[in-house]
Amino acid sequence: MLEFLRVALNVAWKDLRVEHRSKTALVSAIAFAALVLVIFNFARDAAAVSREMLAPSVLWITFSFSGVIALNRSFALERENAALDGLLLAPVSRSALFLGKYLANLAFVFTVEAVTLPLFVLFFGVDLSGVLAGIVLTAILATTGFVAVGTVFAAMTVRTRFAELMLPLLVLPFLLPPVIGAVQVTARLLSGRPVSEIAGWLRILAFYDLVFVTLCLLLFPALMDE
Amino acid sequence: MTLPAVPLLEAQNLERRFGAARALAGVSLSVFPGECHLITGPNGAGKTTLLRVLAGLARPSRGAVRVAGKPLAGQPLARRGIGLLSHQSQLYGELTPIENLEFAARLYGVPDPASTARAGLAAVGLSDRGDDPVRSLSRGMVQRVAIARAVLHRPSVLLLDEPFSGLDAQSSEQTLALLARERSAGRALVLVTHDPHDAWELATHTHLLVRGVWALGGPREASVDGFLRRCREALYA
Repeated sequence: MLEFLRVALNVAWKDLRVEHRSKTALVSAIAFAALVLVIFNFARDAAAVSREMLAPSVLWITFSFSGVIALNRSFALERENAALDGLLLAPVSRSALFLGKYLANLAFVFTVEAVTLPLFVLFFGVDLSGVLAGIVLTAILATTGFVAVGTVFAAMTVRTRFAELMLPLLVLPFLLPPVIGAVQVTARLLSGRPVSEIAGWLRILAFYDLVFVTLCLLLFPALMDE
Repeated sequence: MTLPAVPLLEAQNLERRFGAARALAGVSLSVFPGECHLITGPNGAGKTTLLRVLAGLARPSRGAVRVAGKPLAGQPLARRGIGLLSHQSQLYGELTPIENLEFAARLYGVPDPASTARAGLAAVGLSDRGDDPVRSLSRGMVQRVAIARAVLHRPSVLLLDEPFSGLDAQSSEQTLALLARERSAGRALVLVTHDPHDAWELATHTHLLVRGVWALGGPREASVDGFLRRCREALYA
């Protein structure tokens, strides 16, 4: 088990170090998130739709789409110079390789979300005082599941000719359950509804995480076979 | 009574299909310690596919690969015995050669990854470029770092796909000397090349692969010209 974790952390650290050097994907994802927020802010008809009604959906659309951009880079860096072959040749569990890529992607997407949230507050004038902890918990629960699914699909599509196009097409349907759950929780938190109304949604998000993280850990080795 | 030696690498009746197309059709190979098998063939003969199957990166449609007597399929630890130098370097351009080699050393569980990485880089004559990003190195330098990565964990079998590609004369000589040392140390080498002249002195056996089957194979003959003549005869017969 220790060896499994050691390999995973080695892979995650390598990914974060590569991204720290290039910053390409991080800057792209954050710039994309900012643009989405700007467009929604100006496209909204203030007389027809209130900010409070639109804000939860906009927040999660922004998180999801910028997350997919972040996930695209995960295996793109392995495609360069066929570095993926180097990983797959190593005498280690391929589930450990998945866990390493997954942890790096989680750190990456959480960073994008952490930068996006203040921008969201700025553009939509939403008051998060008193609900910030709930929003953060929801983000952690929703992101944990969809990043696992996205990591597996990024690995599957990396060898295809149109990986950047294929990944959103494959992963977005799987994002529906966590996005629906997260929007419901966020809407209720922002409108001051009681905790009892969100507990069920949080349980659904946690169940999604449990099922999909486990499935991805188990499926990844088979998906990497040529 | 001496026991028969176990081949370090053994491939039995390998077949690899891509849909209806057969890239490999019944290829067998046994490589013993200290042997270097040179494989040549025209484009599309299946040379790279064969190396990928031997490395465990591609699953054969039929047949099996054994490393030191142990099946390669589904055995992560058996992959420890394999080192692969492919067309591409398997290096991360944003990282330095030292960081790339340390990462690989940790993946393979090599003790003291930092000094192993520095020693590996010194062996290919690149100690002075160890802290520059790989993307800033020339093609020849990248190839030398890739060679250092392939041998870093002291594999018993080295699979080499065009190891002299992109190297100048001096680097080619250094690489040849390094591979000769690896062979003398008892490792088994399988070397794919378009130009058998490059590694003729290193080779103990030669093979010609055509459309996924051996067209020629056996102990290396005295002259490369004789081998090339027989290759032409086999190809155009």
